[in-house]
Formats: sequence, structure tokens, C-alpha cells
Amino acid sequence: MKNENLIQYIYGIADNALILGQRLSELCGHGPSLETDIALTNMALDLLGQTRSYYQYVARLTGDEKTEDDIAFLRIERQYKNVLLVEQPNRHFGYVITRQFFFDVFHLLLLQELQNSKDETLSAIAKKGIKEVSYHQRFSSDWMKRLGDGTEESHQKVQEAVDDLWRFTDELFHLTEDDKEAIETGIGIDVTNLKEKYNKKIKEILEEATLTIPEIKWFQKGGKQGIHSEHMGYLLADLQYMQRAYPNMVW
Amino acid sequence: MTIDLEQHIDANLIPILEKVHDPEIPVLSLMDMGVVRSAYLKDDVAYIKITPTYSGCPAMDVMGEDIIKAFADMNIEAKVSLVLSPAWTTDWITPKGRKALEEYGIAAPLEENADKEALLGNKKIVKCTNCGSTNTKLVSQFGSTACKALFQCEDCLEPFDYFKCLK
Repeated sequence: MKNENLIQYIYGIADNALILGQRLSELCGHGPSLETDIALTNMALDLLGQTRSYYQYVARLTGDEKTEDDIAFLRIERQYKNVLLVEQPNRHFGYVITRQFFFDVFHLLLLQELQNSKDETLSAIAKKGIKEVSYHQRFSSDWMKRLGDGTEESHQKVQEAVDDLWRFTDELFHLTEDDKEAIETGIGIDVTNLKEKYNKKIKEILEEATLTIPEIKWFQKGGKQGIHSEHMGYLLADLQYMQRAYPNMVW
Repeated sequence: MTIDLEQHIDANLIPILEKVHDPEIPVLSLMDMGVVRSAYLKDDVAYIKITPTYSGCPAMDVMGEDIIKAFADMNIEAKVSLVLSPAWTTDWITPKGRKALEEYGIAAPLEENADKEALLGNKKIVKCTNCGSTNTKLVSQFGSTACKALFQCEDCLEPFDYFKCLK
């Protein structure tokens, strides 16, 4: 497997962590209560920590031509390979939790497989990440139940979030050309195999939360190819501002 | 892939490493935390490998700098690197470290299954660090740092941190 393919494969995993981490960091100081504020930013911290491990590895794969900061801050929109789900903007708390829940269930299944990757570094990052993401899933599942089976208003709001965000979940299980190549070499994970388990887990929690999955036939996609929704540009403007305005700054 | 679970630490370097503390939990030395995986001297340079507790733990960078400083005080140059595998677990906190945590007001991690019960709020088993009562309740799964959850004692009303079990 050529380095460039491996790098692209890693972006397909790491960029999800970066972009969702960025979305959650936006909530720092804006959570609905102190405890949930701290929880969301703790999860952001875990995700950004995982991102750093992946990007440091990519930096090594480029022969140290790039640093982890270059990779995080200096790519253009089309070069980010995160799924559309994670870049969707923060609306109300129920929306943030639903986005988190839809991603956490996938993320844990992915890392559980990735720990068996033939690539030692990816396997090590996955093993570390599993412990953290298990907590995330526990947190977001718990809140789905509380909000879904809560008051009339919380139920209605979180059901609307489920209806709106469900169309972004199918993309999680799409394979890119780089994914296929990574699977062939025993490094990558065939995410198509995770879909059944994913749907089962989502269904189980949503049922308990008295929520329903909308019946839709058409799903959004594009992020994995670098074709993002209109929200991504604004997110990157925030994320990249300092490095663009003051190149090579460190703190 | 072979995973080296053993620590490889030159006994002569331990006193220096014991002087370096977790910046966020100052009662714990790096040795008590179990984050030092190897330490040895080669050609007058100390090579130290540490493993992060949580991927995003901001204390890791500070610990690395503090190690370099502690060795510099002894006129030894130190090089610190981070290893991810094997992943850190709370089992590596030493008995001395657990005792220090409790005295500092942070409940030490329970065993894995008990931890799950506690964090799901199924059982009251986390002991209050102030009065020792187990009549405590989970306030938040996430506390002031990534490694802790927030509890409150329902007898003496003391709020306290619980160091989450990580395995």
C-alpha cells in the first residue's frame, strides 16, 4: 500500500474526530448546564487528542514534510474527508446529542475493528480510543433516553433532530477507493459490515427513548469525497483563522 | 504485534522521576500514576517514554517538560517520547498513588464492573472521601478533567471527584 493511500485512509477516520471535536468545542461555555458543558468539552478533548495521534502519524508518513498543525489547519475544504454528519451545526442541545449519538455508535464499532488492523499505529490509537468512546456512547445514549422519554417538548425536539440527521447516517457505511485499497492490505476496516450492528444498536436505544427512525429512501453523501455541506466552510474559517492570519504561530 | 506490558525503568532514575508530579493532580508522581513505561541512560542522555492517560490529556505536554526540567536540575539531558501502546489503565496507579488520591479528596477507581454500576447510577458504592459513606450519587459522568467523574455525598453533602476506572 502506498503512503498516499494510507494517508487518505487515515483522513477518512481522523477528520471525523477533528471536525466533531471542533463542533463540540464551540459549545465551551455555552452548554445548557455546567455538567453537560463540561461533558461536551471533555468529549471534544478526547476527539482532538485522537486527531493529534492520527495526524502525528500522517506527518511521519509524509517524511516529516508536514507537521500535525499543517494537516489540521492548512488543508482546503475539499481535502477534508469527514462525513457530512459531523459538520452539521450545533442547534439545540437535543440536536447536538442526536448528532453525537449517531456518530458515537458508529465510532465505537469502527474502533473495535480497527484495533485488529495490521497497522500497529492505527491499532494502538484505536485501542486507546475505545476506552474514551465507550464513555461518549454511554453519555449520548443516556441523554437520548432522557430527552426522548422526557417532557413533551424534549421529546418533540429530539424527534425532530432524529428526523433531520438520520439522512446523514448512511454515508458512514460507504467505501471510498482508498478504503477499498486499505481493506485489501489488511489495514483498513470494511465499514459495510458494521451497518447491521449499527442499526440494531440505534434501534434498541431509540425504542427505549420512545423515538422513531424516519422512513426515508434518499440519504445525503459527499463528505468522504470532500464534497461538503455549506456549513463546512464556516467551520474551517473558524478553525483555520489563526494559522492563516499568523502563519506558523505556536502557543 | 507484541505488546510490552512490563515497565523498563533504570532504578537509579526513579528518585528523579518521583519528583515529577501530575500538574492537575499534584499529589501523584508520574511513578505513582504508572505513566512512565521506560527510562534508561545512554551516553549520558536519559531516554524516557511516557504513555498518555487520555488521548487529549493536556497534562502530558507539561509532564514531558517537567521531566526534562527535573533531569536538567541534576545536569542530565533528557529526551521524552510518547508511546500509545499498551494503552494506559487505572490498574497501573500504584497502591501508594491510590492512597494519595484518597487523602487528596479524589475517590480511587473501582474495579471495572463496579465502576460501570457506579457510573450508571445502579449501585451506591463510591465512597465519600470526606466521611466514608457510600450513600453517594453521581452528579456528572464527566468531571473537572477527562479522567474524573463528579459525585456528591448524600450524608455529609460533600461534592468530590471520582477517578474513573479505565481498562
